[in-house]
Amino acid sequence: MSAALPPFQRFLEAQREVVWRFLISSVGPTEAEDCFQETFIAALRAFPRLRAGSNLRAWVLTIAHNKALDAHRSRGRRALPVGEPAAVDGRSAPAAEEPDETLWEAVAELPERQRSAVVLRYVNDLPHREIAAAIGCSEDAARRSLHEGLTKLRKVVEI
Amino acid sequence: MSDPSKASTSEIERELRRGPGPASAAANGTGAGRRGLADSEEATAASRRLTGRIAAEGLADVSYAAVDSPFGQLTLAATKRGLVRVAFPEESIEEVLERLALRISPRIVETPAPLDEMRRELDEYFDGRRKDFELPLDWTLVGPFGRRVLSVASEIPYGGVLSYAEVAADAGSPRGSRAAGNALGANPIPIVVPCHRVLRTGGALGGYGGGLDRKRFLLELEGAL
Repeated sequence: MSAALPPFQRFLEAQREVVWRFLISSVGPTEAEDCFQETFIAALRAFPRLRAGSNLRAWVLTIAHNKALDAHRSRGRRALPVGEPAAVDGRSAPAAEEPDETLWEAVAELPERQRSAVVLRYVNDLPHREIAAAIGCSEDAARRSLHEGLTKLRKVVEI
Repeated sequence: MSDPSKASTSEIERELRRGPGPASAAANGTGAGRRGLADSEEATAASRRLTGRIAAEGLADVSYAAVDSPFGQLTLAATKRGLVRVAFPEESIEEVLERLALRISPRIVETPAPLDEMRRELDEYFDGRRKDFELPLDWTLVGPFGRRVLSVASEIPYGGVLSYAEVAADAGSPRGSRAAGNALGANPIPIVVPCHRVLRTGGALGGYGGGLDRKRFLLELEGAL
């Protein structure tokens, strides 16, 4: 096991798919490209200062999580592309659509931390410890966010 | 599984694991799950656009690319100062990159654009249309003694040769022809810095980092043999 940082190119090759999967699920295909570029440009800038032996996947997902937040916030200032916001009370859930689209729209409407936790857990198949590292909270808090996110999704999808 | 909310949660989990729908036509028809090979292909395409942008904006400290040559695929690496490394096909690319990461910077990106000019000069050289390289060089990987030896070697004109002893003398170490030979053998920028133009006294080829066949090829190309 080498203590040195890998060349950035190898880091990019190793992490691009996990980041892409996270972003596609978190911000959708339209904004995934920009978020992907911003994530890795930021990673490139900070790369030489990174401590050798760091968890590179958790590190780059932290950056991707933050870029996804930026994307959601700027989208919030514009109009939402996926219809009515937050169907937590069930009234505005889109009806008679493909079940997965309903679900994924609901994922997009989750609060930031819950959305990242859900995507990292199920789409990226990350353990709770790494989810916590990526979204910058304790492992317990990550579990809570995940549980709360799933509870909301269940309410939306069951209608 | 009589609790309907539990069943629903596991359905949601299953759905989440399958991921959202395909984002592009590339994802359709792969038949391997909902997004199929889309993630891998799209991520690869996105990272290629990314490295293009990194090159265009000059954000990498080292760019590298493979280039074709009569010797097979060479790897060229350049910093903003200039060409820093030419690696022969049999060299381990991972070792080359790790060494660059350690000695220069880990901000290393594979992208051909910054190396276009260098590739063009090399092509012209191998076609016999170029006698002198004009591309800038970065000597970071070379120590002070090696720098003196390689500077002497780079003054040897196309078609000419010097002996190890002559190079050592010109580099200021008249008794150091073995050390000069080692420094030439460790040349990180072969072909462009013409260490192949240094022979044994009497004309025997001596050694070459890229193998003697290549040394002979280059000297014949230049008309020195």
